Amino acid sequence: MPATELKNKTLDKTLDWLDERTGWRMVRDLMDHKVVPMHAGTAWYYFGGITLFLIGVQLFTGILLLLYYRPTVAEAFDSVRFIMTRVDFGWLIRSIHSWSANLLILSAFIHMFSVVFTRAYRRPRELTWLSGIILLALMLGFGFSGYLLPWNQISYFATKVGTDVAGTTPGVGPLIARFLRGGEDVGAATLTRFFDFHVIILPLIAFGLIGLHLALVQKHGMSTPSGIPAQKLSHMKFFPNFFLRELMVWYGVLAVLGTLAAIFPWELGEKADPFASAPAGIRPEWYFLAEFYTLKLIPSHVWIIEGELLGLLGFGTGAVVWVLLPFWEMKANGERRTRLATGMGVFLVCYLVTFTILGYVK
Amino acid sequence: MRAPFVLFALCWSLSGAAGPDSCIACHSAIEEGKGPASIIKNDIHISHGLSCADCHGGDRTSEDPEVSMNKAKGFKGRPARTEIPKFCGACHSNPDYMRKFAPRERVDQLELYQTSVHGKRLASGDIKVATCIDCHSVHDIRAVKDSMSPVHPLRVADTCSHCHSDKERMAQYKIPTNQYAEYRTSVHWQAMTKRGDLSAPSCASCHGNHGAKPPQVESISEVCGTCHVLFEQLYNRSPHQAVFSTAGGGGGCVVCHSNHGIHTPDTGMLAGPSSICAPCHDAGSPQSNTAVQMAGWINGLDSAIKHSETVLAEAEKSGMEISEAQVRLLDGRENLVKARLALHAMQPEQMRIPIDAGMTVARETLQAGQAALRERDFRRYGLGVSVILIAIAILAIRGLIRRIESNSDTAQDSAD
Repeated sequence: MPATELKNKTLDKTLDWLDERTGWRMVRDLMDHKVVPMHAGTAWYYFGGITLFLIGVQLFTGILLLLYYRPTVAEAFDSVRFIMTRVDFGWLIRSIHSWSANLLILSAFIHMFSVVFTRAYRRPRELTWLSGIILLALMLGFGFSGYLLPWNQISYFATKVGTDVAGTTPGVGPLIARFLRGGEDVGAATLTRFFDFHVIILPLIAFGLIGLHLALVQKHGMSTPSGIPAQKLSHMKFFPNFFLRELMVWYGVLAVLGTLAAIFPWELGEKADPFASAPAGIRPEWYFLAEFYTLKLIPSHVWIIEGELLGLLGFGTGAVVWVLLPFWEMKANGERRTRLATGMGVFLVCYLVTFTILGYVK
Repeated sequence: MRAPFVLFALCWSLSGAAGPDSCIACHSAIEEGKGPASIIKNDIHISHGLSCADCHGGDRTSEDPEVSMNKAKGFKGRPARTEIPKFCGACHSNPDYMRKFAPRERVDQLELYQTSVHGKRLASGDIKVATCIDCHSVHDIRAVKDSMSPVHPLRVADTCSHCHSDKERMAQYKIPTNQYAEYRTSVHWQAMTKRGDLSAPSCASCHGNHGAKPPQVESISEVCGTCHVLFEQLYNRSPHQAVFSTAGGGGGCVVCHSNHGIHTPDTGMLAGPSSICAPCHDAGSPQSNTAVQMAGWINGLDSAIKHSETVLAEAEKSGMEISEAQVRLLDGRENLVKARLALHAMQPEQMRIPIDAGMTVARETLQAGQAALRERDFRRYGLGVSVILIAIAILAIRGLIRRIESNSDTAQDSAD
């Protein structure tokens, strides 16, 4: 028996042994049969993968940061400074973690709007949409909780403002603010809590939901935009054709991340001083800026309702309508409210972009 | 014939409106807004419930001028200039009386005034000198902390200058009139007016207020030392102390820094064409050489710190984390201040201590800044290499995709 043939036979036997115990060929079969529809909007599919890639980057860099980070008021700031100045490539890991967090949220937003404009939320993908929306909310939660962890002046006061706003929620506001802060004000208990949220609670929920989201995508396959006749639609094999293309995109994102980290390292600022006055022009991260600016524009009282309360009620109502999009977009008789959903999506994009810019400029 | 009746009716009606104080009511009507009654509403005495009669005597409850301004009722009228200090002192030197209104207020103003040049001259019959009302105003006297008061820290120098910048007025006393003009060029004026530091010295801070007179030559350093404590201590240890104390035309700190026009000191005072050492020490003398050497040390440390600052600023601009070095550099600046301070003892070996310490800090922070810049360059170099490797990887994947898709096309064609 030739050596090559013997080698192949041994390999096949090993793989069979593994398949008998793990069923891995099922995954291979799934990958073999998984296809990606080819059309003008195929590029939007990459954003789901980019988001997943950035979550992986966050996990990897986050674990490395945990080796040195200390979540106490006395040590948090100094430990981050230690990471940035003393640990080999600590500056790179911290900067990539911070930049990647921002790109991740941007990518998740683009992914969400691409789903809306290609109607990928429609039956039977309602649960995929819901799991995605919850994941986006979790990513915002990651951003909010992680922002405080360096315990610098800006993050301290931004968290103070953020938890103040949460405290104006009707009825449960004070309870939420107290729960988030672990007391009446932002302090040592808040830092510990935010650390727990950031590295234990949110990741546990997020990983479960990511698994569910991917399983649902696998079950239903890639959605194709309505209006493209099935006979005109060609397909590309997911593995290796689409996967390799996705890999190219991931490499590109990695290059962007590296460039941002090297040219614009994430700054540390000054250590938080609760007794100092708030820095001028204090504002939250860009992904909360549109809402923050809207709340600033609303007068302190509109008729008999407090301005902030009115704003939060508006955001809450809008969020509920948006989350339930797959359910109200299609009426019971099968007729669709497509134009209304598109109009809402366009309005939301315009609102977020405009108010985020205004929030920075004003 | 009707005028007295009208005036009486007016006084009557006004007194009804203004309460029982007939002085203000009648004088307001008579003076038509141009006399004391029109400005007295802002007076601190009025705000404490006092009235004209509390100083001038008389009966303020009577609308009849014959009664209200009757000497039998204690009416004193307008005091002579020579009587003004005692007129005010009647209350302001009475601790029991003053305790009712301002328990923390001093009551030795009259006593001090009598020891001042102003007070002594007034006692000798010179009525041109300043009395209480020349500085504090009259009938619209305000608290010192009131920014409208002529003796508020921001305005007191201007108030003194009304007389002391008046050449004609000062001619008979043979004292200069350029003090205010010089003071307005000084660091003290800058601190007071530009930085808003109301504790910065003005005329009264050095000369005293009620007991105003020029400081004695031997006490000038103590006057300056009231604020510049460490400078005074070191100066008193210097060889200059004994010499300057016996100098004519002023002494102590004034010899080098002048008096009213004190400017920001620099090393040009020690070496170079504007050296203040030159009038006493010949160029090339050991003392002159020491001054030049000390100026060189200070300039050297100053330059080293500024160089470190520049390098650290460039590193910070590039996004490098250099806050530890920046905090360390504060020690360098502190040592520079200590060296400038130590200079006043004129003991070079003592001055070397902060200079050496400061130079060590400057060197360490410079190294930290340079290391940060090298690290920045390394990062950018690393970024360049990484981007090239990533680009190669992307191209390799692209090639792989083409090969896979071209093979599958061939296989498809063969199958067809």
